[in-house]
Amino acid sequence: MDMKIHEQSEVAAAVEEIKVHSRENKISVKDLCAYFGKTKVLKNITMDIPSKKVVAIIGPSGCGKSTFLRSINRMHEVVGGTITGSILLDGEDVMKLDPVYLRRKIGMVFQKPNPFPTMSIANNVVAGLKMNGFRNKKALKGIVEKALKQAALWDEVKDNLNDSGANISGGQQQRLCIARTIAVNPEVILMDEPASALDPISTAKVEELIFELKKDFTIIIVTHNMQQAARVSDYTAFFYMGELVEYSDTKKMFTAPDKKQTEDYITGRFG
Amino acid sequence: MEVINKAKSFTYYRRKVVNIIMLFFSFAAAIITIIPLILIFYYTISQGIAHLNVDFFTKLPTPVGEPGGGMVNAIVGTLILIGIGGAIGIPVGIMTGTYLSEFGKNKFGSLVRFLTDVLSGVPSIVVGVVAYTLVVIPMKHFSALAGGVALAILMIPTITRTTEEMIKLVPHSYREAGLALGIPKWKTTVMIVLKTAWKGIATGILLGLSRAAGETAPLLFTALGNRFWSTNIFQPIASLTVYIYEYSTAPFKDWNDQAWTAALVLIILISLLSLIFRIITRSKYKT
Ligand SMILES: Nc1ncnc2c1ncn2[C@@H]1O[C@H](COP(=O)(O)OP(=O)(O)OP(=O)(O)O)[C@@H](O)[C@H]1O
Ligand SMILES: [Mg+2]
Repeated sequence: MDMKIHEQSEVAAAVEEIKVHSRENKISVKDLCAYFGKTKVLKNITMDIPSKKVVAIIGPSGCGKSTFLRSINRMHEVVGGTITGSILLDGEDVMKLDPVYLRRKIGMVFQKPNPFPTMSIANNVVAGLKMNGFRNKKALKGIVEKALKQAALWDEVKDNLNDSGANISGGQQQRLCIARTIAVNPEVILMDEPASALDPISTAKVEELIFELKKDFTIIIVTHNMQQAARVSDYTAFFYMGELVEYSDTKKMFTAPDKKQTEDYITGRFG
Repeated sequence: MEVINKAKSFTYYRRKVVNIIMLFFSFAAAIITIIPLILIFYYTISQGIAHLNVDFFTKLPTPVGEPGGGMVNAIVGTLILIGIGGAIGIPVGIMTGTYLSEFGKNKFGSLVRFLTDVLSGVPSIVVGVVAYTLVVIPMKHFSALAGGVALAILMIPTITRTTEEMIKLVPHSYREAGLALGIPKWKTTVMIVLKTAWKGIATGILLGLSRAAGETAPLLFTALGNRFWSTNIFQPIASLTVYIYEYSTAPFKDWNDQAWTAALVLIILISLLSLIFRIITRSKYKT
């Protein structure tokens, strides 16, 4: 009898621990392999993405960073790729979720700003909502303002909300794309080199923005810029040839990495 | 030194001369291209303007020998015919083009693409015969509907291929942006991709409609013609092109003159059509 109670409380504790664990980890990736046809471009990646933190992914060109991001929101399958292993969002297998629903929870910002050229700035922001049937004009207006403010673009465009989304500067376009992503109210934001096409001032703005955004969102950012990774992220993952070489606290990663390979890459000795 | 300079200047001058000659030829070619158009405008306006009056747009044709009258039935008839043709041909063309560019990277897609190209090369008179067999024979009489079907078949290849090409020009990144926002694929295709390509598609539609408006042969087997007022799509209907054909080959001076006017009106109609298209597809934003 005693034994049983003991066991039960142990089971309860274990369940509790799993719950805490999954609450802390927004995304859990296990043994993820990604393919283009028969070519394996990601090899047994296992990593947890903690909730409301910024995780930076670094690594030389072609090592599979974009593929990793695109596996998470299932954009990888749009270009005909396949995966094995599992990716859990809040404990749910993303491959079992409806991709449309999944992508509303996991937003994405691309390397090249891509606002819709046929839409005004305001309509770009709420494109995701409008096209999914959300039509309350007053609420939409509020969302436009809120999202643009969150994306630190409001002051620059508030007088031109009806201009084309494609006629603003590249840096503004990228922040517009971030606003568009935020407006859908996702839980996770994937950013694939969001600042690589931007000038230093716009880059600084985007970085500041990421810092603000992590209060509300879990962010995974791919970057080629070591300083940027060091500045904006809490954790850093180093990918090399499709493998996860090292994943740890950003500070540790940039001061005392465990692996020689990581150190070589970070200090610019290769890659 | 002298020799080198001489050689240099020789090639230099030769290049200049060749340049001027080629420039002259391409300019001449450009002139040759626009001469027929200018002649067409000149003749239709100078010959057709005489009968271009309010009556022409409001009255029905008069019997032989009786002067005056108009072609209101043919003007409305032509509009109805291209209306029916467009109502069938535009949606079918746009949807086929969308299918080909977004989902047509397979054997079936290639087959459809090939057949569309073949269809665009089929003589319009043959299309008329086909519409005759498909619509006129079962209905047991000529009709505007049959004419519209023939015109639709003629429009479809143009609209399909332009739509496909225009959609292909839309950068892939817009599709990805749409999908990544959690917008379903079909909505992304219609509301983002088609919308972005819309201007180009509209040009294709316009080309299709204008070509249809100028067709005579397929109408002879289908819409036939009608000397009276009719807007019933199940009955034979008049059209400007068939009138032009009949009146210009008739042995009456009066009819010949009216054929010119009909031609002028047809040209005006097509120009108006393209003007309207330009206005409705004018983008909201300067680019
Ligand atoms: N559409 C595709 N079809 C086939 N192979 C692809 C495709 N896209 C990428 N690859 C391959 O997959 C591998 C990983 O590509 P990925 O784009 O994920 O790299 P990356 O780390 O993002 O590189 P970069 O830093 O240059 O953006 C590369 O070797 C690439 O050649
Ligand atoms: Mg990449």
